[in-house]
Amino acid sequence: MQLKLTDVTKRFGDFTANNRVSLTVEPHQIHCLLGENGAGKSTLMNVLYGLYEPTSGTVEINGAPAHFSGPGDAMAAGIGMVHQHFMLVPVFTVAENVALGHESTRGMALDLNSTRARIREISDRFGFAVDPDAVVEDLPVGVQQRVEIIKALVRDAEVLILDEPTAVLTPRETDELLQIMRQLRDNGTSIVFISHKLREVRAVSDVITVIRRGEVVGRVGPETATDELAALMVGRDVSLTVAKEPSLATGAALEVRDLTVLGDNGVVLLDGVDLDVAPGEILAVAGVQGNGQTELTRALVGLEKRVSGSVRLAGRELTGLRTREVLAHGVGFVPEDRSTDGLVDSFSVAENLVLDRYRERGFAAGPSLRRRAIAEHARSEVGEYDIRAGSVDSPVATLSGGNQQKVVIARELGRPLKLFVASQPTRGVDVGSIEFIHRRIVAERDRGTAVLIVSTELDEVYALADRIAVFFHGRLMGIVGPETPRGALGRMMAGEPADAVLPPAPWDGSRSGHGDTGGPTAHDLVPSDAAPQPGSRPSHPGANVPASPRDLATEPSDDRPEGNRTA
Amino acid sequence: MSASTAPATTDQVSAPPPTELAAGDHRRTLLGTALQSVLAVVTALILGGLLIAITDEKVRHAAGYFFARPGDTLSAMWHAASGAYAAMFHGAVYNPDGATVADSLYPLTETLTVATPLILAGLGVALAFRAGLFNIGAQGQILIGATLAAWVGFSWHLPAGLHLLAVVAAGALGGAVWGGVVGLIKARTGAHEVILTIMLNYVALNLVAWLLSLPGFQREGSSNPVSPAVDGTAMFPKLLGDHFRLHWGFVVAVLATVAVAWLLERSTVGFELRAVGANPRAARTAGISVTRGFVVVMLLAGMLAGLAGTAQVAGTEHSLTSGIAASFGFDAITVALLGRSTPWGTFFAGILYGAFRAGGVTMQSMTGTNIDIVLVVQSLIVLFVALPPLITFATRRSQEVAA
Amino acid sequence: MSTATASQPSPRGPGAAGPVPGPAPDAELATSAANRAVGVRTYRPATGLGVLALVSFAVFALHASSRAVRFRFSGDGDVVRLPDAEVAAAPYAWAVTIVLVALAGYAAVRARKLPRWVVALAGFCFVTGFLVWIVGTAQTPSISVTALLAGSVALATPLVFGALGGLLCERSGVVNIAIEAQLLFGAFSAAIAATVSGSAWVGLLAAMAGSVLVSVLLAVFAIRYRVNQVIVGVVLNVLVSGLTGFLFATVLQPSAAAFNTPERLPHVRIPVLAEIPVVGPVLFDQSVIGYIMYAAVAVVWFALHRTRWGLRTRAVGEHPKAADTLGVSVNALRTRNVLLGGAVAGLGGAFYTLVSVSAFTRDMTAGSGYIALAALIFGRWNPVGALLASLLFGFASNLESILSFLGTPVPSQFLAMLPYVVTIMAVAGLVGRSRGPAASGEPYRKE
Repeated sequence: MQLKLTDVTKRFGDFTANNRVSLTVEPHQIHCLLGENGAGKSTLMNVLYGLYEPTSGTVEINGAPAHFSGPGDAMAAGIGMVHQHFMLVPVFTVAENVALGHESTRGMALDLNSTRARIREISDRFGFAVDPDAVVEDLPVGVQQRVEIIKALVRDAEVLILDEPTAVLTPRETDELLQIMRQLRDNGTSIVFISHKLREVRAVSDVITVIRRGEVVGRVGPETATDELAALMVGRDVSLTVAKEPSLATGAALEVRDLTVLGDNGVVLLDGVDLDVAPGEILAVAGVQGNGQTELTRALVGLEKRVSGSVRLAGRELTGLRTREVLAHGVGFVPEDRSTDGLVDSFSVAENLVLDRYRERGFAAGPSLRRRAIAEHARSEVGEYDIRAGSVDSPVATLSGGNQQKVVIARELGRPLKLFVASQPTRGVDVGSIEFIHRRIVAERDRGTAVLIVSTELDEVYALADRIAVFFHGRLMGIVGPETPRGALGRMMAGEPADAVLPPAPWDGSRSGHGDTGGPTAHDLVPSDAAPQPGSRPSHPGANVPASPRDLATEPSDDRPEGNRTA
Repeated sequence: MSASTAPATTDQVSAPPPTELAAGDHRRTLLGTALQSVLAVVTALILGGLLIAITDEKVRHAAGYFFARPGDTLSAMWHAASGAYAAMFHGAVYNPDGATVADSLYPLTETLTVATPLILAGLGVALAFRAGLFNIGAQGQILIGATLAAWVGFSWHLPAGLHLLAVVAAGALGGAVWGGVVGLIKARTGAHEVILTIMLNYVALNLVAWLLSLPGFQREGSSNPVSPAVDGTAMFPKLLGDHFRLHWGFVVAVLATVAVAWLLERSTVGFELRAVGANPRAARTAGISVTRGFVVVMLLAGMLAGLAGTAQVAGTEHSLTSGIAASFGFDAITVALLGRSTPWGTFFAGILYGAFRAGGVTMQSMTGTNIDIVLVVQSLIVLFVALPPLITFATRRSQEVAA
Repeated sequence: MSTATASQPSPRGPGAAGPVPGPAPDAELATSAANRAVGVRTYRPATGLGVLALVSFAVFALHASSRAVRFRFSGDGDVVRLPDAEVAAAPYAWAVTIVLVALAGYAAVRARKLPRWVVALAGFCFVTGFLVWIVGTAQTPSISVTALLAGSVALATPLVFGALGGLLCERSGVVNIAIEAQLLFGAFSAAIAATVSGSAWVGLLAAMAGSVLVSVLLAVFAIRYRVNQVIVGVVLNVLVSGLTGFLFATVLQPSAAAFNTPERLPHVRIPVLAEIPVVGPVLFDQSVIGYIMYAAVAVVWFALHRTRWGLRTRAVGEHPKAADTLGVSVNALRTRNVLLGGAVAGLGGAFYTLVSVSAFTRDMTAGSGYIALAALIFGRWNPVGALLASLLFGFASNLESILSFLGTPVPSQFLAMLPYVVTIMAVAGLVGRSRGPAASGEPYRKE
C-alpha cells in the first residue's frame, strides 16, 4: 500500500507543528521519520492516524484521497499505530486488548477464542512469545510493545507507524524490535519508523525523511553518514561541552549502602545499591529510563515509601526522614518531570521559587508569609537566571519549558547545599538554557557540593560526569570513569557488570555491584579505540548503545514552542 | 522500576484539580466572572419564575381558554411569578409595609441570620476545595458541631461569657473531629473523601437521632427528639437588640471569612494547602506533607462547619433537634461553588442564598408558593455558573464592554 | 579523577574471574526480562478481621443472652414445613469469635491479600453471630427467617437498581452521585404517569424516562461540558429534590386524585416454586420489579463481561485514550451508558410509587441513592457484588424494623448506620480493597 502526504500543515493556535510536509511511504519499505523531540514527527503521525485533523493538505492511499475523521477510519484504511505511550488497558488480558474495537462476536456474546487464535498465530510467525491470556499490567515493557504490534497486525495493517518505539527499551530489546521490523517489511508491511536515534535509524531504514521544526529538511538514504544526518536534524553545529576542571574530590559526602526500594506491587525497583559521592564531585547516572534511576533520586529525598538500607549525608542518616527534613539538611532536588513534580502550574513564578523554602525566616514571619520578600527574591532570581516571565506574579504555566526548568534550578540551587540531586536537568530545554544550567551545576560542584545527576542523554552524562554509574533493572552495574567508551556503557545498560565489560582497570577502585552475575570471559572486550573524550561525538555508530540525537547536539524542546528560541 | 507499570503511569492524564470550576481561570477577566455569576442568577430566576407561573392555579385556569384570550394567560403568569418574587424580596431585603424603618429592614437582618450558617459551612467546603478535596460532609459536621455545642450549652453551667466561649469551642471541636476523621482516613488509607463524607453524614444523622432518645439528652417530658434549651449564658447575644433575631454568630461568620482569607492568601499553612490542592505531587516533592495537608484542611473545614452548627444552636434555635442542620450542609456546597471557593465570594454567595431562604419563607406564607422553588433556583444557579456556553457568552460580553 | 572512592569493592577482582560460575549473563538476561519481585506485606485485612473479632468478642460473646434463639423457617400455612432451629446464643457467639480470631491470626501471618473463602467465611460468621446475638437480646428471641429474608429482598430492590445504574455510569468512567436524584425522579414520574394513564406499566416506562432525563443533564454537564462529575451529581440531587418537592406541593398534593394515586404493579406468585420453604417466598413471590431485578443483574453481568459492548465499556472506564485510538468513540459510549444507567435506576424509582407505597411523597427515597452508591462501592463495581451488598444493606434495614417489634435494647439507629459504616471500612481497605475503574471521574478530552 502506498501512502502519500502532500503539503500537510497542522497548527495549534499560533503554533505551527507541521508546515507543508510531503512524503510518500512505499510498500515493502521502512520509512524513517527522523527529527528531534518536538520537531513535529508525532503530530504528523497523529494526523495520519486520524487523531488530529490537518489544518490543510491531503493524505492519499494508493492514489485515492483519504479522509480520516478518527482512528477507526485510519485503521479501516489499513493503517496501524504503536504509540510512544502504549495504548493498552492495564487490567485487561492480551486477548481483550487486541480484540477491543475489533471484536468478533458469536450471537450476542464476545468471541475471544478467535482473537486468541490470531494472537497465537501471529505470535508464532514472528516469535513473539505472547500469551493471549496474560494480564497486560503484569507483562514487561518489551512484551507490551509486541502486544501493540499484534493489535495492528490483527487489523491487517498494511502500514505500521511506530512512534519512538525504542524509548523504553533496553539495547537488547531494541535490537529484537529492529529485527521484527525487518521481518514485517519482508512480509509486505510498510513501516513508518519515528525516531531521533541515529544508530537505529541507520540500521533499519530504507528511506529517511528528516524533519526540523515541522518542516521536511531532507530526504536521504541509510548510507548517509551519522554526522550528516545529525547536521540535517539539528540544523547547526552545537557541541555540548562545559569548561570544567577535573574533580579533585576525595572522601564521601553521600554514602549509600544497600539501598533497596520496593514498588507497591512488590517489584524490587532498586536492588541493594551501594555508592558514594564525594564533595565537589559529579556522579552521573546513565542508562535507559526505568531501570531504577528515578527511584534512586526519589529515595534519596525521602519520596519513596518502601525503602531499606542506609543513606548518609555528611555522616547523618537520611533514610526515615521526611522530605522536608531531608531538604533542610542541605539537599537540593530537581525532579525528573518539572510539570508534575517540580512546579505548581497555577502558582506564580514567585511562589514557585519558594515552593520548598516558604518557611524560611526570610520568607515567613511566624505563620504569616512575607509576600513582599518573596516577590523581591523572585525578582532577583529572575534576573540572575535570566528567566523570561511576564512578571513574577504570572502563573508559571505561562512560561516556556526552558524557563520553567530554570525556575526549578534557581530554587534548588538558591540555598546552601551539601548534595544536589537532579534528574534529567535539561529535558525539554533549549540549547542556550542547557549550557547555562550545565555551567550552574559545575559551579555548584566547584563550591564543594556533592552532585548526583541522572540523565538518559549520554552527551549530558559525558559533559558533566566525574564518574558514571549505570543501572539495570534496579541493580547498579558499576561505577566507571568518564573516559569509559560508549560501547562499554551500553553493555552495562544491557545488564553486564562493569568488571565484565571493561579491560583490567587502568584506574583503581570505583567498581562495585553484584559481581556474581557473570564473568568477563563471556564477553569480548571493547575495542580500545572506542573511547571518546568527554563531550565528543560518538564515533561508533555500531556501538552497543543507541546514539540519541542529543548525543550529538541538541535543541530539544517540549511540545510548546520555546519562548526564547534563537534562530 | 516495574516495567509493566510504565505505560500506565506515563500516560495517565493528570486530573484537573477539583478547584478548576471554583477557582476560575486566569485568563477570564474579573468582569467576565462577575457578569457570568449575574447571568447565572438571572437565568435561574427566570426559569424558576416560569416554573412558578406554569404551576399556578390561575394560570392553569386562564390557559384553559388560551386561544380565546392568550393575554389572560400571559398576564396571569406574570402575576404569579412577579408576585412570588416580590414577596421573596419583601421577606429577604426590604419590607415597604413596615411601620418603622427598623420594621422595613427586618427582612434584611433575617437574611443575614440565615446566611450565617451558610457562610460558615460554605467556607468549610471552599477551604477543602482549595486543598483539592470535596467536602460533601458539611451536613454531618454541622450536626456533630451543633450536638456538642448544645450539650455544653444545656448541661454545663458556666458564667456568662465563659459559657458562650465554651459552647463555641465545643461546636468547633465537634465539627473538626467529624471532618478530621475524613482527613485522617484519607491520609492513612487513600479512601476517597467524597464517599467518606457522604457516609459520615448519615452516620452523624443516626448518631444524633440516637442521642436525642437518651434520657440525659432528650428534653424532659418531651416525646420528640429535641434537647433541653441551652442556658441563656450559652446563647449568642442579639446583634441589634431583641427585636431582631440577628445575633453575634454573624460577626463570627465575618471574622471567619477574614480568617480564611488570611489563611489562604497570607499564611504558610494556606500556601501548603493551596499547593496540595493544585499539584499534590509537586507539593510532596517540595517537602510539603500531602497527607498532613488533608488532615489539617479537613480539621479546619469541619471546624468551620461546626461553627455553623454552633450558630444554629446558640444563635437561632437554642436547642438541638435532628433537623438542626436543615439542608445547610448541601447548600454550603452550592454556596462555595457560586463563590468560586474564594472566601469573600463564598461570603456574598452565602448572603444571596440566605436571602433566597429567608425570602422563601415569606413567599410561601404570602403567595402560597412552595419554598422548594428556592432549591431549584439555587441548584440551577450553580449549574449555570459551570455551563461553558454561558461562560463564553459572558466573556465575550465583558470583552466587548472592555473594548 | 580516577582517585574516586571505591564503594564496596566487588567480591571478585576483575582479573580474578576464572571459570564462570552459573550461567552466562546472556542466558540469565534472556529469562529475567523484568525486575525481581517480592511480596508486599499488608496488615489491612488482618486489621479489618481483628476489628470484627474484637466486636464479636466484646459484644456478641460477652453480652450474649443466656437463652436459645429460635429461627423459624416455615409459617403455619406452608405446604412444606421445616422444623425450627434453636441456637444457644452464648456458645454460638464464642464459636464465632474463635473462628474470627483464627482468621485474623491467619491474615496477620499471611500479611497479604486474603483468598476469597476467608472473606466469605468471616462475613458469614460475623453476620450470623450478629443475628444470633441481637435476636437473643430481644424480648422474644424468635425470628422468622423467611420474613427476614423476603423483607430484605424487597428493601434491597431499589438499591440494586440504583447500584446497577451507577455501575453502568462508573464502569464507563462517569462518577454518578446523582443516583438519589434518579431514584426520586423515577418515583415521581411513575406516580404521575401511572395515575394519569391508569396503567402501572405506563408508570414503569415513565419512571425510566424520568430518570433518563436526570441522566441527560448529567451527561450534558459531565461529558459534554466536562464540569466536575461529583459537583454535577450533588447539584442534581438538590435540583431534583427541590423540583419534585415543589411540584408535589403545588400540583400533586392539591389534586392527588388526578396525579398521585397510581395503580400498583402486580404481585406475581410463581406456582410450585413459591412453595419451596424459605427460598420460595423469598425468591418466587414478588412484585414484577423484583423479577426484573434478577434479570437486570444477570443481563448487566453478562453484558459487561461477555459482550462487545461490555469490553468497550470497561476499556473506556479504564483507559479511554486506548479505546479511542482503536476507534471506540469514548464520549458517545459514555453518554449512552449514562442514559442506560438512568433507565435502570428509574426502575428502582418505580419501586417506591408502584410497589411499596402507592403515592409519591416529598423526598420519599430518603437517601437510598447514597446507600445504592455505597452498595456499588462495597460490591466492588461488580453487578453480583452490588446485588449482594444491596441485599446486605436491605437485610440490615429490615432487621431494624423487625427488631423494633421484637423489642431489643440495641438502638435502631445503629442498625441504620450499618451500611454507611461498612462502606467506610470498605473504602478504607479494611474489608477487602475496593478499586474503582481507573478513569472514573476523569472527563475525556480528545486532542
